[in-house]
Amino acid sequence: MNAAALARPVATPVSGTDLLVWVAFPYICLAVFVVGHVWRYRQDQFGWTTHTSQLLEHRWLRWGSPLFHLGAFMVIAGHVVGLAVPASWTEAAGISEHAYHTTAVWAGSVAGVAMVAGLGMLCARRLLTRRIRLTTDRSDKVLFPLLSATVLLGITATGAHNVFGPGYDYRETVSVWFRGLFALQPQPEAIAGAPLLFRLHALTACLLFAVWPFTRLVHVWSAPVGYLARPYLVYRRRATPAAAPQLGGHPRSASGSR
Amino acid sequence: MPRGEASVGRVMAQVAMVMNLDKCIGCHTCSVTCKQTWTNRTGVEYAWFNNVETKPGVGYPRRYEDQEHWKGGWMLDRRGRLVLRSGGRAKRLLSIFSNPDLPAIEDYYEPVTYDYDNLVNAPAQRDIPVARPRSVLTGRPTAITWGANWEDGLGGAPENAGADPNLSGEWARKVKFEFEQTFLFHLPRLCEHCLNPACVSACPSGALYKRVEDGIVLVDQDRCRGWRMCVTACPYKKVYVNHATGKAEKCTFCFPRIEAGQPTVCSETCVGRLRYLGLLLYDADRVGEAAATPDEQDLLDAQRGVFLDPHDPEVIAAARRSGIPEDWLAAARRSPVYDLVARFKVALPLHPEYRTMPMVWYVPPLSPVLDAVTGAGGDQDDPDHVFAAVTRLRIPLEYLAELFTAGDTDVVAGVLMKLTALRSHMRARTLGEAGDEAVLDAVGLTAREAEDLHRLLAVAKYADRYVVPAAHKEDAAALTAMENRCPVETSEDAGPRKVMLGLPTPRRDTTAGGRP
Repeated sequence: MNAAALARPVATPVSGTDLLVWVAFPYICLAVFVVGHVWRYRQDQFGWTTHTSQLLEHRWLRWGSPLFHLGAFMVIAGHVVGLAVPASWTEAAGISEHAYHTTAVWAGSVAGVAMVAGLGMLCARRLLTRRIRLTTDRSDKVLFPLLSATVLLGITATGAHNVFGPGYDYRETVSVWFRGLFALQPQPEAIAGAPLLFRLHALTACLLFAVWPFTRLVHVWSAPVGYLARPYLVYRRRATPAAAPQLGGHPRSASGSR
Repeated sequence: MPRGEASVGRVMAQVAMVMNLDKCIGCHTCSVTCKQTWTNRTGVEYAWFNNVETKPGVGYPRRYEDQEHWKGGWMLDRRGRLVLRSGGRAKRLLSIFSNPDLPAIEDYYEPVTYDYDNLVNAPAQRDIPVARPRSVLTGRPTAITWGANWEDGLGGAPENAGADPNLSGEWARKVKFEFEQTFLFHLPRLCEHCLNPACVSACPSGALYKRVEDGIVLVDQDRCRGWRMCVTACPYKKVYVNHATGKAEKCTFCFPRIEAGQPTVCSETCVGRLRYLGLLLYDADRVGEAAATPDEQDLLDAQRGVFLDPHDPEVIAAARRSGIPEDWLAAARRSPVYDLVARFKVALPLHPEYRTMPMVWYVPPLSPVLDAVTGAGGDQDDPDHVFAAVTRLRIPLEYLAELFTAGDTDVVAGVLMKLTALRSHMRARTLGEAGDEAVLDAVGLTAREAEDLHRLLAVAKYADRYVVPAAHKEDAAALTAMENRCPVETSEDAGPRKVMLGLPTPRRDTTAGGRP
């Protein structure tokens, strides 16, 4: 990181605070994110779960959870496009800035509203249903406020600047900073001048990534897509459960090998 | 199912159970000792790996047998293929954010504890201090309005038991109207450790699995991610969500004891001595085909057709090829479960129409019919009266058929007549008479078989009832590993302390079942 930063000719002077907030802090959060996941995966398989509370309350969850999750998928997809894909690429693909902006604002608003509504319901049931409030552990008490803050700051920034405001092209500033982090060529000056709401959103997001491995968010990495291809019946031998040779296959489809 | 034509496929062994319902007095000792062993922990207060229900009754959780509502088990689609009733893989993943068919805690019951402290800490006063019930979930005083066996002994049956899903059809209306005069029996239930387990098939994480060696279905607590699809898929509702750990838990068939050649806790402590444990050999390659049998009433025969005769030399050879050890084959030949299920055919599976191929079978109770005979002024001890009652008194018969044969009353009647004939023959023998072999003939038993069946049902000792071969010494390392990695751990909040069970020390004794 230092080597990369030094090797790059510094065009404009960057203040120490900016370096700290927009270079050091994100990298620390990322490091915690990565190391934390490795540690948790190796140490705490037993705690690695969605921590479902549907048994205790299902009426709010019925709507809140799908709204939140589906909204979140759309929001994440939007962030991937908005942050990772440079404006020059979309223009080269024949998508004008206006078309991109219109799509982003519309789709983003729908997704954002769904996510906020869903998260609102999930928070409400957690606060209002005593049974669930009592099962809320420390990590949830950090996660729910932090996630809510990040989501609310994000949707407020979009609303204030791009839906009702004059429009702010974060792809020229925030996205450049974001890609710079991963290209190991940090450009703190790119985001330093962004509106306050965008900067706060970016900071809470960094924090969210830092706490991620220590919360129930880890269940994201266990999304069971493998289930679509797995044989229905799972057989395992008693000996050495980890390296068990799986006698895979539904008995119906298994051939009569012997 | 034709035997002998097709060669035997992949042979697997399963430790299976049979319960003789006529002997169950509904004392709940099995449930209590099971709870003390496995579910006396935070998060599973409401869960009973073994419970005893009063039948007729709504069951635990309420109306769990209503698969139109709960979507448990398998069904055949329009093309006759076996599919999970709760939907295909894609549908399951789409409903992962909120499972529409998951029972709520109210469908089980709200677990409570009591203010025991109040009994000793209350100040001196004129009134006797009481221990008020307090919800375990909210910590607040609560009224107890339901439980795992709320209608024990038909208590409250006029209001509740009419909701029993097995009471459908014309004949059932009479039962509802004359509850005081109706029959009653107890049904102990635990995980069926099915040959075609729906819970395993529905688990998105692949955390549930069936053990190759002994067929026990277990949840890998390290791989369970809390998607709660197993709870829906199990038609017997014998997988539970631990609300403290967020993971699925179920009956383990007391595998640490089974591995040591000991019976499960529920069997060991059964005061009525109505449980039998033994091996069943089965052809794993034929399970899927059998489970997809078109007519529900043929499922019983289809499942019996999957079981293999442990005395058949061809089966023994195939079992050896499949790696089943000799002492296990010997135990399979002595299996009381095989005798009750396949040789005498007096044991029946619970709800074969769920197509999971359950492996805990039941000898249906004769008592409802005998009660009916007495009620009608007949003589319980006269087989003719009982035979007549079996065929004429439809109510208990229809009800038992709903439970055990997908509604086929002929099969249940056949078993009850067999039990009646046996009863009458052995009564005569005990009184020093010859016994009526014509009656035995009518139900397809020889005098010798009647003696054997009587021994098994009436006088079988500990070692005859529980024929469980110990796990093998080449697996000793794995057994040790199991002792270090207890599957039952407390939730994080309760501190890092692990709940360690008193796991038995494996022993090499292969003459299993004998008391140490």
